[in-house]
Amino acid sequence: MSTFASQFLQDAGRATDNSDQRRFIRTALGNYEIARDRHKGSFQDWQGARQLAAGIKWEAVNHLDKYLEQFVLKLESRGTKVHWASTGLQARETILQIVRKKKAHSIIKSKAMTSEEIHLNDALEKEGLQVVESDLGEFIVQLRHETPYHIVFPCMHLRRGEISALFQRELGSAPTNDPEELTMIARRVLRKKYITADVGITGANFAIADAGMVSITENEGNARLTAALPKTLITLIGIEKILPRLEDLALFLPMLATMGAGQQLTCYNTLYAGPRQPGESDGPEEWHVVLLDNHRTQLLADTEQRDALHCIRCGACLNVCPIFRNVGGHAYGTTYSGPIGSVITPHLRGLQDWKHLSNASSLCGACTETCPVKIDLHHHLLQNRRNAAQEKPAFLERFAYQIFSLLVTKPALWSLAKKMGRAMQPLHKIIQGTPLDPAKSWTQSRELPRLAPESFKDWWRKRR
Amino acid sequence: MSEREKILGRIREVLKAQAPPPGEALSEPDSIRSRQCLPKVGEPFDEQIVLFAQKLAELKADFQIFNSDTEMKQALVSLRDTAGWKRMARHSGPLTDVLCPVLGIPCLLTDQPYDVHDLEAADAGISECDALVAQTGSVLVTNRSAGGRALSVLPPHHVVLARREQLVADLPAAFELLKQKYGEDFPSMISFISGPSRTGDIERILVLGAHGPKKLTIFVLNTNH
Repeated sequence: MSTFASQFLQDAGRATDNSDQRRFIRTALGNYEIARDRHKGSFQDWQGARQLAAGIKWEAVNHLDKYLEQFVLKLESRGTKVHWASTGLQARETILQIVRKKKAHSIIKSKAMTSEEIHLNDALEKEGLQVVESDLGEFIVQLRHETPYHIVFPCMHLRRGEISALFQRELGSAPTNDPEELTMIARRVLRKKYITADVGITGANFAIADAGMVSITENEGNARLTAALPKTLITLIGIEKILPRLEDLALFLPMLATMGAGQQLTCYNTLYAGPRQPGESDGPEEWHVVLLDNHRTQLLADTEQRDALHCIRCGACLNVCPIFRNVGGHAYGTTYSGPIGSVITPHLRGLQDWKHLSNASSLCGACTETCPVKIDLHHHLLQNRRNAAQEKPAFLERFAYQIFSLLVTKPALWSLAKKMGRAMQPLHKIIQGTPLDPAKSWTQSRELPRLAPESFKDWWRKRR
Repeated sequence: MSEREKILGRIREVLKAQAPPPGEALSEPDSIRSRQCLPKVGEPFDEQIVLFAQKLAELKADFQIFNSDTEMKQALVSLRDTAGWKRMARHSGPLTDVLCPVLGIPCLLTDQPYDVHDLEAADAGISECDALVAQTGSVLVTNRSAGGRALSVLPPHHVVLARREQLVADLPAAFELLKQKYGEDFPSMISFISGPSRTGDIERILVLGAHGPKKLTIFVLNTNH
């Protein structure tokens, strides 16, 4: 078992033991479901919208070269500097070079899962820079030196009391259990940061090919401030974020809001077409867009799972997944958790190290059913299991199946095995639950069913 | 070979193998199909403005419609007095130029480069917009039509002054309008604002004014210009 797998088992075990926390997460997600369903219901044809969205993303991903070139050409024509990065390391180096050149001291960031993916904050901090996350949830997990718990709700695992204690300790604020007061504490701290930051860094939700624009969706206004006030702006985008046409957003923005947070439309949906243009009164003087591959082309090569690149990171599959709901986001040990994380992490970080996540699934298909762009998530989990087994067959598993196949094809052996099983079963009690027990993984939480005293075949023979 | 060529090369190489498209080919333009899937919006203005007002109420934004300039001026004055505005910021536009001087408080203009501390000190930012979207209760602004990137997001209260003919039915119509109005020459920032800034990050409880405005007020002038 890989160390990642045993860590997962350990963390997942600890999380499932905590029934208070599980109830807390279940309540939060229950409220999300009510809001999501209300807005889904306001669509005239939700299934039609999913079909259309899946078709648009298919078009974009299967002509990715064409649309990326179109996107970049337009962006560059308005003075945006575009950088390409094959790996996370290259993306970090590119960004470091920009901030070095600008002699930056402080950086304000708005939420970007791609930056978590490439561990950007670590790299910037090692360079001696002050990096502040401005999304409230990200700000809180950053103060706790934690990774986001959920790709849309970074601190959904925390209660107000814990956040209050954190703010008292880290920011010296007065104790309060009022979410509004807590939010205002963060607002006051972060206001100063926007105004003094030398560089702003954002992620992106969509890259619009025909218009050469980057679309950013947010509720708080932190991304808008990040893209308005610092003199230099850097935007990190995964190459799969492409949409062909500007008007595609008319469909994708409400779908993302509905599935992401149970809203009709997120508070701010903002498009950026360039840095400050001649005659404009504010905005960054320089805008750098960093396009990140980081194994995405590898996933693109897998025609069976290529649709995983359709993902718009709404997080809907996490919210409905019985595994995510019980083990939580941190147990996964990955940037992207839940079903989509279990599907893509083996591609991003190695199949053998991360194949265990594809087994952490009930294969109920709730993820596939909810996905707004119709990614066949639970079948991809099965494909990952198959690919992992083909690439590196598990010796014991293969041995067990060879024995089984021998027994079921030789009636004499089968009947002998039955007899032995019946004779030996009472002895099993002696070793049950010990390391000698061959059925330990079953018997530690369940009763082993008793073999019938007489098989059907014997019974039938006697009756005739 | 540059990284750009390497990445595009890899993409072209792997795209030689085809992935099956989902479902049938699209015969109609996507925007027509989108409209048939999205929430329904009626044709008549009265229906649309009622929907717009209802959406804004859900979003906890304030909305009022006026039959004359004078009424709108009075409403602005009473807003100033109830909220206790001492300083404001705005940009120059056909509505703001006519209506805002009545407020008589120190005012920062954001049409030209300005000091961000002055904008931060403003109690309210007053702007115009490109369109109002009935379907979602959104205000569509650009940095060209609404005084830059920060005016509509930095001050704690954002007031939008609009005319009735700026109301459009739905999101597809809003994107059509953008394309018609700007052609290829898009402003560098375009934003759909749907309600005051908000967060649900703490226990999924709604709090207004996370980083942007705590209040959003939309005044619509119900006369044709």
